[in-house]
Amino acid sequence: MHGRCGFTCGLFGFSLLILLMPTMGAANEAGKKLAQQGGEGVQACSSCHGAQGGGNAAAGWPRLAGLNADYMAQQLTAMADGTRSNPIMAPIASALSEQQRGDVAEYFASLKPPTMAPGGEVDQKTLHRGETLAQRGDWQQGIPACTSCHGLQGQGVGVAFPSIAGQPAMYLQNQIKAWQSGSRHNDPNGLMASVAKRLSDEDSQAVTAWFASLPAKPSNNDQ
Amino acid sequence: MTAKDSKHPLRGIRSPLLPAVLALFVLSVNAQVDETLTEQVELEPAPEAGAEGYHQPPSLDDIPEGPFGDSVRSGWEAFVNTRQHPKAKRFVGNKQNCGNCHLAGGLAANSAPMWGAWGIYPKYRGKNDHVNTMDERIRGCFTYSMNANSSEAGGPPEPDSQVLKDLQTFFFWSAQGAPIGKNLPGRGYAAVPEPQNGSSVSRGEEVYQNQCSICHGSDGSGKFADDGRQIFPPLWGAGAYNWGAGMHRINTAAAFIKYNMPLGKASPVEKEAVLTDQQAWDVAAYINSHERPQDPRWEGNKASTDEKWHTHQCLYNETVRGHTLGDGAG
Ligand code: HEC
Ligand code: HEC
Ligand code: HEC
Ligand code: HEC
Repeated sequence: MHGRCGFTCGLFGFSLLILLMPTMGAANEAGKKLAQQGGEGVQACSSCHGAQGGGNAAAGWPRLAGLNADYMAQQLTAMADGTRSNPIMAPIASALSEQQRGDVAEYFASLKPPTMAPGGEVDQKTLHRGETLAQRGDWQQGIPACTSCHGLQGQGVGVAFPSIAGQPAMYLQNQIKAWQSGSRHNDPNGLMASVAKRLSDEDSQAVTAWFASLPAKPSNNDQ
Repeated sequence: MTAKDSKHPLRGIRSPLLPAVLALFVLSVNAQVDETLTEQVELEPAPEAGAEGYHQPPSLDDIPEGPFGDSVRSGWEAFVNTRQHPKAKRFVGNKQNCGNCHLAGGLAANSAPMWGAWGIYPKYRGKNDHVNTMDERIRGCFTYSMNANSSEAGGPPEPDSQVLKDLQTFFFWSAQGAPIGKNLPGRGYAAVPEPQNGSSVSRGEEVYQNQCSICHGSDGSGKFADDGRQIFPPLWGAGAYNWGAGMHRINTAAAFIKYNMPLGKASPVEKEAVLTDQQAWDVAAYINSHERPQDPRWEGNKASTDEKWHTHQCLYNETVRGHTLGDGAG
């Protein structure tokens, strides 16, 4: 079957690309404008998430550059409807239309993530514990390796499992806390909630420090 | 393609024909005398854990330096990354790693841990009057769970080969301090009693689509990274365990699933489950109601293969969704 496809499929793919190009461009323009200048009742995203979407490690604001577009659009919806309750993002997300969420998400997804890891002050022992948890888990506590869901390098898997490599430690830790307290409960089937609830504060600190010590990887290369 | 085609001994053989045919002949004679390769034996239930809990394997950080430690590390690598391991990958004829069905890299209680298996072999089985060795047990797992007959090597590792040595060095290391010859708490999968009304493939489909497809895919084909590394294992189709593997028995799959899946929600060591017994049986039936690589003990047709090898709880040669299972896949 494979051989037959070659030319026709190529042609089809090519014309699809041509057809899509103007729409992609338009979405990106609208998204870019929202990101850099904001919109009606919406502060510019870049004022918090960084000019290139690289995040702000000291403040605990997440990197958006290179995250999966559909994941980001879902998060914006969750922050608007309160299943992910956050006082800073709630009014912003609520002010965006569905179209705008998609546009701005697509824009940030298209940006290259920073090559520098956010890092932070941590001792080797903590980092080592973090790496062990990330790559092997702690089965005595029912915790699988984080990488078994978030990808072998924490780069994310599709829309359901976000990239966590190269996110600020404080941001990651805030998310674990949000699941533990129940203020974030938008995850599919409660998959992350059950992991978060098994993490001790010490382990949460260690594993988030380790992921913050890695540079981000673009997350869209999983099929 | 029918199962018959895929099992035809001469199919796909090109010149030089004679040595190939000879090699095949030797191989198949071997397979017949080596009777442990004829069955992936069902384990007897393990006792409940007492106050002392389960055996505690040592930490992977404490693997010693030197040739012994190197062998442990190689065995562990072969177990968790079978498809990438330089000595093991030749024997993998599907898209599985050993660790996919033995969680925590073969160290978790109630996930058929290797420290539970170590002290059991060699084991005498009256049924076929033979002493089964660990070597043979592992070769059996390659033959069925890893579908070794379709691998580059064309069969499981040779007896006493380096990959079997390394795997066993890893098992031995993980069992340090555990008694020999005892059925330890946490060995195998914790059995789940069959629900009164049996299991239902269609109810199982609902459980699967709601709770499992997000990782294993709605078509059961799993998920792989661009570089081919496995993210989530396939559960049916050409990349899955074959029709002779222990996991194709509904009772065995239900026992695995109940305390191991969905990943991150169930917890084998704490023996926590989120599925009910009924859901575990239903979804086990659903998974095993799909085609997968042919039973390597193929007897020429589904009915004879069924009669000879499938007198347990499985759907081989049963008709589901209008199709009689057992054609094979791949
Ligand atoms: C005033 C600062 C601020 C502004 C402006 C802002 N954000 Fe955020 N954003 C945050 C903070 C803080 C979080 C983390 C919330 C939490 O801890 O749950 C966040 C989280 C997010 C997330 C979730 C990321 C993830 O990995 O789950 C997305 C997506 C997002 N913001 C998009 C946007 C977009 C799009 C805009 C502009 C329209 C925007 N933000 C403007 C502060 C801001
Ligand atoms: C069983 C699968 C699974 C495992 C294992 C897992 N996660 Fe998650 N995680 C998820 C899912 C699903 C989400 C996305 C939830 C959503 O859509 O809101 C998530 C989201 C997250 C987030 C939020 C990311 C963001 O951008 O807001 C963090 C932080 C996180 N996980 C950390 C971890 C850590 C640390 C571990 C290991 C201790 C881990 N996860 C293990 C499934 C998993
Ligand atoms: C598709 C799932 C699957 C894969 C992959 C798999 N196994 Fe198994 N393994 C099983 C099942 C099922 C059993 C039998 C459990 C039962 O009947 O309760 C088993 C049993 C075993 C046992 C005996 C355990 C005991 O306590 O007696 C050993 C040893 C073993 N496997 C090693 C391996 C090795 C080595 C590999 C990789 C080459 C492997 N397995 C791959 C499913 C799998
Ligand atoms: C969060 C992702 C996730 C979910 C949800 C999930 N699984 Fe799994 N499953 C895995 C991973 C990862 C493995 C391999 C474990 C390993 O290698 O550590 C696995 C292994 C398995 C296996 C071993 C078989 C093999 O051939 O490799 C079976 C059977 C299975 N899962 C069934 C299920 C069922 C049934 C459900 C739903 C009730 C389910 N899984 C839900 C991720 C998941």
